[in-house]
Amino acid sequence: MSDSPLFGVDCAALEQQAGRTRIRSLQMVHRAKLGHAGGDFSSTDILTALYGAVLRVTASAPRDPERDRFIMSKGHCSGALYATLAAMGFLTDADLDSYMEPLSKLNGHPDRNKVAGVEANTGPLGHGLPIAVGCALAARSIGAAWRTFVLVGDGELQEGSNWEAAMCAAQYKLDNLVLIIDRNGLQQGDFTESTIRMEPLAARWRAFGWEVRETDGHDMRGLVECFQAAPFSSGKPSCVLARTIKGKGVSFMENRPEWHHHVPTEEELKRAIAELEGGRA
Amino acid sequence: MSVLTDCRDVYSQALEEMAAKDERIAVVVNDSVSSAKMNGFKTRFPARFFNVGIAEQNMVGVSAGLANGGMIPYVCGAACFITARAMEQVKVDLGYSNHNVRLVGISPGMAYGELGPTHHSIEDVGWLRIIPNIAIVVPADAHETRAALEYSGTHVGPMFLRISRMPVPEVLPVGVGFELGKAVRLREGTDVTLMANGVMVCRAVAAAEELAKAGIAARVVNMSSIKPIDRDEILDAAQNTGGIVTAEEHSIYGGLGGAVAEIVAQTHPAKMRILGVPGVFAPTGSAEFLLEHFGLTAAGISAAAVELLGSR
Repeated sequence: MSDSPLFGVDCAALEQQAGRTRIRSLQMVHRAKLGHAGGDFSSTDILTALYGAVLRVTASAPRDPERDRFIMSKGHCSGALYATLAAMGFLTDADLDSYMEPLSKLNGHPDRNKVAGVEANTGPLGHGLPIAVGCALAARSIGAAWRTFVLVGDGELQEGSNWEAAMCAAQYKLDNLVLIIDRNGLQQGDFTESTIRMEPLAARWRAFGWEVRETDGHDMRGLVECFQAAPFSSGKPSCVLARTIKGKGVSFMENRPEWHHHVPTEEELKRAIAELEGGRA
Repeated sequence: MSVLTDCRDVYSQALEEMAAKDERIAVVVNDSVSSAKMNGFKTRFPARFFNVGIAEQNMVGVSAGLANGGMIPYVCGAACFITARAMEQVKVDLGYSNHNVRLVGISPGMAYGELGPTHHSIEDVGWLRIIPNIAIVVPADAHETRAALEYSGTHVGPMFLRISRMPVPEVLPVGVGFELGKAVRLREGTDVTLMANGVMVCRAVAAAEELAKAGIAARVVNMSSIKPIDRDEILDAAQNTGGIVTAEEHSIYGGLGGAVAEIVAQTHPAKMRILGVPGVFAPTGSAEFLLEHFGLTAAGISAAAVELLGSR
């Protein structure tokens, strides 16, 4: 198609996929009676854009040495990750029904040794970015062309290890590394700014030597364009500050701290699916 | 008296030789270029040498990422910092993820003597022994340091190597290689068994010589491989000798003594004495002074053996 610079990406199809992923991940949380639906929904569009239009990964060769690396640092949002991996063929739909069941390979937090397509065991916060820096350094060292993407939560940035890694990535001029911040403004207990202030977040990353672009984390076209444009500056790591809404797509979940790990009732699940199928996502 | 060697020299030399043959081998340091004796590696293999600064959590995370990318990183730094400061990364990014990373704890135990308990690492074996998947090796001399390092190039999964700066003599027989999970019997004897690792092995050998003068035949076993550990050798000592004295430059909790006791207690209960740092922070003093202070000497080991044999 002549839809450049999106290289023929069908954003409408990706938006529909994101809606299906939200429904599926909420069904998983409902069934497991555990999970993090609010954060799943804030990161769903980012994950859909990455897997649908950006990452060079394939389910038939999940450990291809030349694959792009994607690290889900906010591992508690495994519902969104697994539903996305299923849409990409790394998991079956039946696998998703085993989410957090006894002996399931779908832990509450992802395990790379159990699930093809998972690059890092995450869950404790502040682990993904250092690992991503290592992946990017390895590519640089051996002259490989793969790129590394890592998705972190905003509250997660209160962990100091991220800032150790931020300095390291800038020092090594890792322009093959893309950090995406899911800036939904909430953490488990409260709004980030009422807990430990994160702003001015973009300025902080710029001060650490990163090239930052801010985007609406639910605008599929904007996300795809942003990811495809990386690296934003030669010789600098790229940071996508994605403004998101926790619980995005369901009116009674949006921007509500309790939906961090609230499990939907049968009635809430029905209403949520109706809203999502109605195209709000 | 044989020549005393700082095992760090052997370590850095052997690693350079390995890196020349295997381009996957990389080094990650936390500003510890000279204390880990990595200047040579840095000069020869700059594209595989990563100094991440004074930031151990990132250091261990980066090493997991390098392993993900197909490299075999050797994370070199003071044992006290690369373990304690990054413990969750060691647990999750190395152990749980089963990443192919070598954690090389330089100057463990009380090697930093006068610098005090902040710089001592008498807890590292205990902490790491609990974490699944991580192999733990504490070489006894220069020869074994080289052999264990060469083995590490072929190991699959995470591994912790404890490399002391305290000079030690050669104690292993020429021609004996390194086998993970295998103890090396250095001296035969049936009255009592002395089990040691690291800088304590040469002291255990000297203790056996002292005991021989008193008519006590002590078996000496080098237990450099703490995890996996040689259960058969431990069981043999419990069954066929009068008791076991362990000696390590580590807390008496969670280290070699604990590992041996766990097996002895559950298979063939036998008398044991566990020598190490007895659950205290060390006072001020040099490494040699502190070993002496805590009875981690040939005299201390032989006295413990005599006391054990005389006990009911």
